[in-house]
Amino acid sequence: MDKIIVTIGGILGIFFTLWFFLGKKDSKATEVNDSVDIIVKGGYSPDVISVKKGKTVTLNFIRKDESSCLEEVILSDFKIKKYLPLNKKISIQITPQKIGKFDFSCGMGMFHGKLIVKD
Amino acid sequence: MTETKKTFAIKGMHCASCVNVLERTFKKVEGVSDANVNLATEQATISFDTKKVDEKKLAKAVSGVGYEMVMDNSDTNHDHMKMEKKEELKKLRNKVALSLFLGGLIVWGSFPGLVATSPKFLQNFFLQFLLSLPVQFWAGLEFYKAAIPALRHRTANMDTLVALGTTVAFIYSAVVTFFPQVFGATKIEPMPYFDVSTIIIGLILLGRLLEARAKAGTSEAIKKLMGLSAKTARVVRNGKEIDIPMEEVLIGDIIRVRPGEKIPVDGVILEGESSVDESMITGESIPVAKVAKDFVIGATINKNGSFLYKATKVGSETMLAQIIKLVTDAQGSKAPIQRVADLISSYFVPIVIMLAIATFVVWYDLGTSNVLTFALLSTVSVLIIACPCAMGLATPTAIMVGTGKGAQNGILIKDAKSLEIAHKINTVVFDKTGTLTNGKPEVTDIIVAKDQRLKTKDLLQLAASLEKVSEHPLAQAIVTKAQSEKLSFEKVQGFKAIAGHGIEGTINKDKIFFGNIRLMEKEKIEIKNLLKDIENLENEGKTVMILAVNKKPQGLIAVLDTVKDSAKEGIANLLKMGIEVVMITGDNQTTANAIAKSLGITKVLAQVLPQDKEAEIKKIQKEGKIVAMVGDGINDAPALASSDVGIAMGSGTDVAIETSDITLINKDLGSVSFAINLSKKTMRTIKMNLFWAFGYNIVLIPVAMGILYPVFHVLLNPIFASAAMALSSISVVTNSLTLKRTNITKI
Repeated sequence: MDKIIVTIGGILGIFFTLWFFLGKKDSKATEVNDSVDIIVKGGYSPDVISVKKGKTVTLNFIRKDESSCLEEVILSDFKIKKYLPLNKKISIQITPQKIGKFDFSCGMGMFHGKLIVKD
Repeated sequence: MTETKKTFAIKGMHCASCVNVLERTFKKVEGVSDANVNLATEQATISFDTKKVDEKKLAKAVSGVGYEMVMDNSDTNHDHMKMEKKEELKKLRNKVALSLFLGGLIVWGSFPGLVATSPKFLQNFFLQFLLSLPVQFWAGLEFYKAAIPALRHRTANMDTLVALGTTVAFIYSAVVTFFPQVFGATKIEPMPYFDVSTIIIGLILLGRLLEARAKAGTSEAIKKLMGLSAKTARVVRNGKEIDIPMEEVLIGDIIRVRPGEKIPVDGVILEGESSVDESMITGESIPVAKVAKDFVIGATINKNGSFLYKATKVGSETMLAQIIKLVTDAQGSKAPIQRVADLISSYFVPIVIMLAIATFVVWYDLGTSNVLTFALLSTVSVLIIACPCAMGLATPTAIMVGTGKGAQNGILIKDAKSLEIAHKINTVVFDKTGTLTNGKPEVTDIIVAKDQRLKTKDLLQLAASLEKVSEHPLAQAIVTKAQSEKLSFEKVQGFKAIAGHGIEGTINKDKIFFGNIRLMEKEKIEIKNLLKDIENLENEGKTVMILAVNKKPQGLIAVLDTVKDSAKEGIANLLKMGIEVVMITGDNQTTANAIAKSLGITKVLAQVLPQDKEAEIKKIQKEGKIVAMVGDGINDAPALASSDVGIAMGSGTDVAIETSDITLINKDLGSVSFAINLSKKTMRTIKMNLFWAFGYNIVLIPVAMGILYPVFHVLLNPIFASAAMALSSISVVTNSLTLKRTNITKI
């Protein structure tokens, strides 16, 4: 009996993990015209940012997560790697010239955010 | 008036109105002429009269309106990082010490084999529980602090796995300690595993501590570059030499540099001479002789002489600042090879969690004895041994060390992608003028056609008058020669340059053409009487230009551009590496062949017009070759851009850096093979790192799951799993660091 319970529980656990981590949909993009504060705590909030091509925007990263995992933010398409001191606003200015989706991530590529550049 | 401009960090700013308040406050202070507050950088730049107001007064005014001004203007992001890191490492050290000490006590009181030697009280489960509490919830707090917010974002990382693994072990042990009767019915001998939860935390934190230390070594090169800058400059103002801080040096300032001093900013020598050690910028160990009109680079060291020079570039415009920016940019870029690792990392943690659950179920269902303990320990092992960090560190750490090592040797790599492609290069195309040669041609022969009565002086005068208007590199040689012979220049009308051919113009109503054979053919000028001379000169590698007056050839001028000292060895190195070397030039075949032969180059593309170089590169690429184009970065920008890796020689000018993938500031042709080798060794390190990181997870996760148990009866203890995990990321970082000591010149 206990084996059946464990088996069913395990299968449910696996499906839950699958759904929870891999089944999430992209969050709604936050439109940014001028500047945006991005809170870094267990990920990026907001994590999907939409900007206009050719317009300079300021991304203000504020790390509130003590984990060293998130201490760096990388916008590799813009060749930017910045150390984010805890609880300090670090501003990154970008002027995207190409339309598309550009990933930004932590130093080890575990946490991701997206920058959508529209016309 | 002693006006100065300084930037201070401001704390407590939140919105745009803070900017207005602060600017107004600053401007109200007597002695402040201008204030500029930036919300984004949280900085204020103040121009003030040091006689009337000091920093303390400014800080007081700021605190009066509710903000804080940090007086030490070295309070930059970078120092923050250093201070914070130091604090973090100290905390981490304490946590490691406590976890391993308490964990050690628990191990002594519970580990089979050791338990017999331990005092009785250590074997008490309740005491073990108490000892494990600070480890789980103080030392291990950071795992929860990272894992819980991540779960809110429905993401998981390394900390999620550790938090999950240790929590499972801890809760199980707590239940065993306080409610052993729960297990009464399952015929399981109840044993707590506080040793597992505490030692895992201790070892993983120890791994993190060592990893942080090793990682600091990967950014050493850039830190060294940042530390190169001089602190003060001795500027001549109002006829007096005064020492001022670096930030206050302005373009046009006249600066005195004494023996042994650091040159503060970039500039041009006005008077005096010396030799300068430029090794920190160019990697060239031999000091360079400098005289008036020579360019000096900020942060290099003046050796024996003293000189006055004019600042031409300051602040972020200096070569050092440009180099730092370029290296920082490159380290922020991603190598294509990393995309695979990134893709895998993003699925990795959820997959491990699923594998851990499956492990528990399989052990529980199929195990024969003590199933719960086996299932639990194996599950914890799987969660703990998986190490996504090693995969995440594999590429960036090697790129950091690789680009840093390049910069130290005068090789600036624009981005990680260029560094990656460079290792595949199998053909290197060199532009001749200014790249293989010094680009300072000299007139060697002036020959008047036998049937003409013109004197050599007249011939040179006509040619020089025309060339004076031209910007061609060869023009300078002819003008210099005319100047040295003290010839005057005639007035030219209707000047026209014909790219790849020569020039034309009218002097004293005579129509004059001056250029190569192609120009003569184009203008249908018969040059039979000069052919023999031309052939002889070209065979010596000289460039020959013919002068025709009213369509009659008058004579010729030959020019020779000397080959760079480093060219022969640089090319020999490439050939030794099995790389095909091609020379591309606008010179005619005979001249080009003569120079190529002296350098050991067998493939020559001669008579290529500047605008056609790009097409030639594309032609070679179509043969399936990976092509590097080496040029000066100014005249051959399109060719550099269309090659797989564009390498610009010389100066760290903006143009060269913009158009090229790799810039060789040391002007040494040996650097081409160095750059390719650096790329090869960096890529080898990355591949090795990825192999270890992936291999480690692929091999050890199944072992942790217990795959070896049915045959060998071997089951991995979670404590060893945590040790292996800690070692795996350290080994990756350490492997990247070995690149620092690798001898790149060895093939």
